[in-house]
Amino acid sequence: MKSSTRNPNPNPDTPRFGPSKLMVAFRFLRALTLVHRTAPNSSNAARSRRIQRAAFASMAYSAGPRRAWSRALLWRLHFHRARRLCAGRSRAAGVPRRPSTTRSPADELRRLVPGGTGMDYCSLLEETADYIRCLSEQVKLMQSVVDSGGPRGR
Amino acid sequence: MSGRRSRSRQSMSPSITDEQINDLMAKLQAVLPEARLGINHRVSAARVLQETCSYLRSLHREVDDLSERLSELLAMADISGAEAAIIRSLLM
Repeated sequence: MKSSTRNPNPNPDTPRFGPSKLMVAFRFLRALTLVHRTAPNSSNAARSRRIQRAAFASMAYSAGPRRAWSRALLWRLHFHRARRLCAGRSRAAGVPRRPSTTRSPADELRRLVPGGTGMDYCSLLEETADYIRCLSEQVKLMQSVVDSGGPRGR
Repeated sequence: MSGRRSRSRQSMSPSITDEQINDLMAKLQAVLPEARLGINHRVSAARVLQETCSYLRSLHREVDDLSERLSELLAMADISGAEAAIIRSLLM
């Protein structure tokens, strides 16, 4: 079907768009179509919040339970979903609860990385590196959706 | 990008060696964009942590901004038409 004229990836450890990145893309796009279909008349703010949750969800589901940060995100998403079904409002994922006054950089990092508050220092550093990798990929994905999502065939 | 975890897992000793910390710091530095710290190896741990926090905050902000833009796009256009184009561009 496809011609194999493109160069094979020189580094087999980090495939350019390996199966995991495609999985994230599929999940995210599917979530976007769901948001579009199920709430076409909601406010921009509500839709944007749902999209933001979908972004973190597709990241976390694709990373799976093998990472502490993805486990924390998945737990948070399910917890907030349950609360939303039962009660009214809930905090969006990733929003800090208290403004920081005097906090060490490590503590600050713990609040930024999902699940960070329960980790020892070494795990925190390792999880952060992986979280940043996945998060920056998510940003790239969202950017490419925005870039190609303009009106077509005018 | 950091290589595979080919080194054998250390036993869970209570004390963390400096070498382990330096190793993890280096891995963290590797995922930060070069413009933030330069390709300088001699960056203090505190500085790496600070830049990491700042980079994470900017990534979260980008996700928020992009979510808003996507929300506006969804309101205007049907996303299913763009899905094929996106997948194609990701595969190339």
